[in-house]
Amino acid sequence: MRSLSEIDTISKRASKAKGFSWGVSEEIGKCVKHLELFGLPGLKNLNQYLKIYDQNKFQQIKLISKSNLSENKFHCPISSGIGFLDQIKSLEKLKSLEFNKIAYPILFLSFASRASEVLGKKILLKLDEKEFILNFNQSIFGNYSKNEIWENANSVLINFLDNNNSFSDDEWKEMTKFANETFVEESDELKEKSAGAGLTDND
Amino acid sequence: MEVQLRSPKEIMKLSRLGCFHQSKLSFLRSFLEEFKDWKYSRDLFELNKEGYGRAVYSFSKKNRTYSLVCFANELKDDERSDRVIATKWDAAFALYDGIPNKQDIERLNENVPMQEVGRLSYKELTLSRANRSVRLFNEVVESLSNGRQPDKNILSKVGYLYRTTAVYGSGKFGLADRFRVKNRSEIKGPFRLEMMLVYLVRQFTFDQINHIAKNKNPKRFVELDSEIAKGLGIGNSTGLGMAPFIVNHPTLLNNWVLARETILKQIREIEKVDKDQFNTFLICLKKSIKNVKNWNTDSDFQKKKIKELFGDLEKTIKYLDTIKFNQKFLFNEIYKWAENQVCDECLEYLVSIFMEPFDEIVNNFKDKMSSDEDKYFTIPTERNISELRDILEKNYSDILKLDFSKKENNHNFWFISKNKEEPRLGSRFEVNGSELEQPLAIARDIKKLYDRVIVTKNSLSIAEFLIENNDLRHVVRRAFIIEKFPYSEILDNTIGQKLMPIDMLRFKLSFFGAIKFDPRSDKWLRICMFQGAPLPHQLNNFDDKWVYETLN
Repeated sequence: MRSLSEIDTISKRASKAKGFSWGVSEEIGKCVKHLELFGLPGLKNLNQYLKIYDQNKFQQIKLISKSNLSENKFHCPISSGIGFLDQIKSLEKLKSLEFNKIAYPILFLSFASRASEVLGKKILLKLDEKEFILNFNQSIFGNYSKNEIWENANSVLINFLDNNNSFSDDEWKEMTKFANETFVEESDELKEKSAGAGLTDND
Repeated sequence: MEVQLRSPKEIMKLSRLGCFHQSKLSFLRSFLEEFKDWKYSRDLFELNKEGYGRAVYSFSKKNRTYSLVCFANELKDDERSDRVIATKWDAAFALYDGIPNKQDIERLNENVPMQEVGRLSYKELTLSRANRSVRLFNEVVESLSNGRQPDKNILSKVGYLYRTTAVYGSGKFGLADRFRVKNRSEIKGPFRLEMMLVYLVRQFTFDQINHIAKNKNPKRFVELDSEIAKGLGIGNSTGLGMAPFIVNHPTLLNNWVLARETILKQIREIEKVDKDQFNTFLICLKKSIKNVKNWNTDSDFQKKKIKELFGDLEKTIKYLDTIKFNQKFLFNEIYKWAENQVCDECLEYLVSIFMEPFDEIVNNFKDKMSSDEDKYFTIPTERNISELRDILEKNYSDILKLDFSKKENNHNFWFISKNKEEPRLGSRFEVNGSELEQPLAIARDIKKLYDRVIVTKNSLSIAEFLIENNDLRHVVRRAFIIEKFPYSEILDNTIGQKLMPIDMLRFKLSFFGAIKFDPRSDKWLRICMFQGAPLPHQLNNFDDKWVYETLN
């Protein structure tokens, strides 16, 4: 079994060899390492992408906007991913955004996962019919678990999820009631002897 | 009185880093402190009469065990090489996480002796190999098998029976990734597992030599005296492989140097030093001079440094013999005197020995010397060019003065060799391959970055800047790291014609706790580790200043 450190290094070097800068290659190494850590086929997809990679063959995006549509070429998942990661603080205001046509979308997903950590918000990423919830780059939850090469996603939708609770106030109250059963009922005697202060603590 | 930390612009120059010495902070010393109450045992020792075979040594405590698995193989004299391109060694080792079973040992036997071309698993933590110091090894076997102890003078000149030529860890060749073990309290300090491997290899060398000598002449044989064994360490032969490490681990570099600098600051700020503390310092300093006297090298570069160090140490001792130990801020006074009176090699030597009396200060830093580089990897792209320019001007001012259009400043390039995937350094004007240069020319690239930053609008965000400047992304990242970690960068030109790469190696090795740096060229050197260290059975009660005890 290859270690994550080996995966990081080989991804970085291979990307540099195919023409990405050292700094971008470092980012790719980290992203592929994270994908493999989360059980997603990062190295397999990067390998395939690098085999066919030619800068002019793919849409290189610079400034990311609400709607990022390409007429002919598929978007490069690396330049889209790095742009998304770098511009995430300004993109957040858009609440949601879309791309069409992203090549090797698993690679894009890894940058979006890191963006979730930078933003401190979960991100819902839809790649065609597959959905992923990106949890601050700590975990990825989705309905996709195939160990395969995923060449293209025609539709990519991104939603920044507000930091809301996944439960209702009533559910919280009910849980609080349970939790309170671990506390001791307070009496004046307890306040005096165990709290370390008097019955009144006004100056 | 508040003493300022020494400036990174002074300390992070290569010539200064190349003057660093072992200290109480060194990883091999803190390893022994950490593991002194662990149970040591030799679990397997199956060597034939010639000393070839396998052995297992372990440290265990509660439900945790670390086992060194050793394989000793026959090696013809003409096959023995210290170079990293070698393919066979006298012995090969792996540190196993737990207690290896027979299948594990068989699997390791298939892979460990092959080193870089073998495959390890997440159950193995570190990997190494070593060659005998042939002349010394044979001489010791000869002595012991004839019933006499070896000549201490000869032993002290070499200092070891075996020399390791690489120690690998952290995910190399399939070894366990650091994340798997980083939360274990006993290995919080950097390189603890590498130190453990080297320490146990040292014991293997003693057991093997006794075994060979005994089988050679069972009737007359005597065992190597344990006091003599204690005076022997393990050698290490190190090339350029180490150099990129300190460039590629900026926050780790910072934490090592920051710990040392903060300790120095705190010692200089002690208003009242008691007599025992001063005496401990003085005794260690005087004893340590034996190590300097026994520091042998053929390198003219190092000989000159040793001569200067020796002279300045004598001068320092004369000065210390006249000093009033009860004066306020004693160590600050000594430091200020030394700063003006002795060479950098001696100044850094004194800084190391300053730490000896101050366990209560030094111990606070031993666990703060690791780092998780990934935590600081992401570039804060919401910041702007004005802030980046300020960081560059504040932290890299000397670098920004360099002119890289001059040949001498742009002379070398770092690359990875194809056959062994090892770092190399070559002249871009003499050898091919500079188009495949590794990103280790930080000074040059920082200068390039600055040249672009000063013609860019101040309010532009880093995210916008990177759209057109991703070729310099690696140094944009570093600039934001140095802002938080002032000692994270070598503030010198790593591609200049005058570069002495061994300064980078020596710096790292000093933090390991190596002594007797012996440059064999400007690109590789030999060192000695654990010379004077307690043997495993002495670990429960030893003098932590063992490093100043020498064979003669």
